Amino acid sequence: MSLRSPLGRILGRGSAKEGVHHWWLQRLTSVALVPLSIGFLASLLALPALDYASLVAWLRQSGTALGLILFVLVAARHSQLGMRVVIEDYVHGEGLKTVALVLINFAHVLISAVAVFAVLKVALGGRL
Amino acid sequence: MPERPLSPHLSVYKFKYTLVTSIANRFAGFVLSVGLLILVYWLVSLAAGARAYAQARGILSLGVFKPIYFLLLAAFVYHLVAGVRHLVWDCGLGLERASARRSAWLVAAVSIALTLILAYFLLGPGMHTK
Repeated sequence: MSLRSPLGRILGRGSAKEGVHHWWLQRLTSVALVPLSIGFLASLLALPALDYASLVAWLRQSGTALGLILFVLVAARHSQLGMRVVIEDYVHGEGLKTVALVLINFAHVLISAVAVFAVLKVALGGRL
Repeated sequence: MPERPLSPHLSVYKFKYTLVTSIANRFAGFVLSVGLLILVYWLVSLAAGARAYAQARGILSLGVFKPIYFLLLAAFVYHLVAGVRHLVWDCGLGLERASARRSAWLVAAVSIALTLILAYFLLGPGMHTK
């Protein structure tokens, strides 16, 4: 017989209204990525040339820089959520799974930071 | 705790078209995650200056990347179109067996057509001039 109360036994074992967080964030990012990804590709491909000077001029337009930062951040979050599910589904050892999830999280945060820094460096940089 | 079989039970299902549309979407998402790395590499080279960018551009223009770009394009188009199908489902629409089968064919047809059209413009002969 356990001396723990029914409430004590159930607390922290998953709760109502929290379980959909991952699912909801995956949908939210996917909706945002529709215009962000199409906008990024269309804007890039509308450029007359992909040489250094054209790209720097392109990135120095505020709209381009802002759109690209949003695109990379949302895409990285979406990617991290997706990779998480893939790892949870196919990696079965608890230890390996945890390590993989931690690494995937770190990698996505790193990628996001690096990308934002790179965009800002070009967008706010001095003369060429 | 006893060892219990964990989902997904990959080997127990009878083969159906739903397996293909589902795993293709997941695979496409994985490919796009790798594509994100290429995008970030490209951005970093741009931030590192003209010489670094010229070098990166030389590498990214190599012929070996063409099939990779085609795969990325196909993955992008499919993930986008199939993702919209999922969003429609999430609204509770089109879940009946007949309409789900119709939308699967629609997604496949639209994806293939869009991929081929975009590939012609993006990876065709004209792209080298950029």
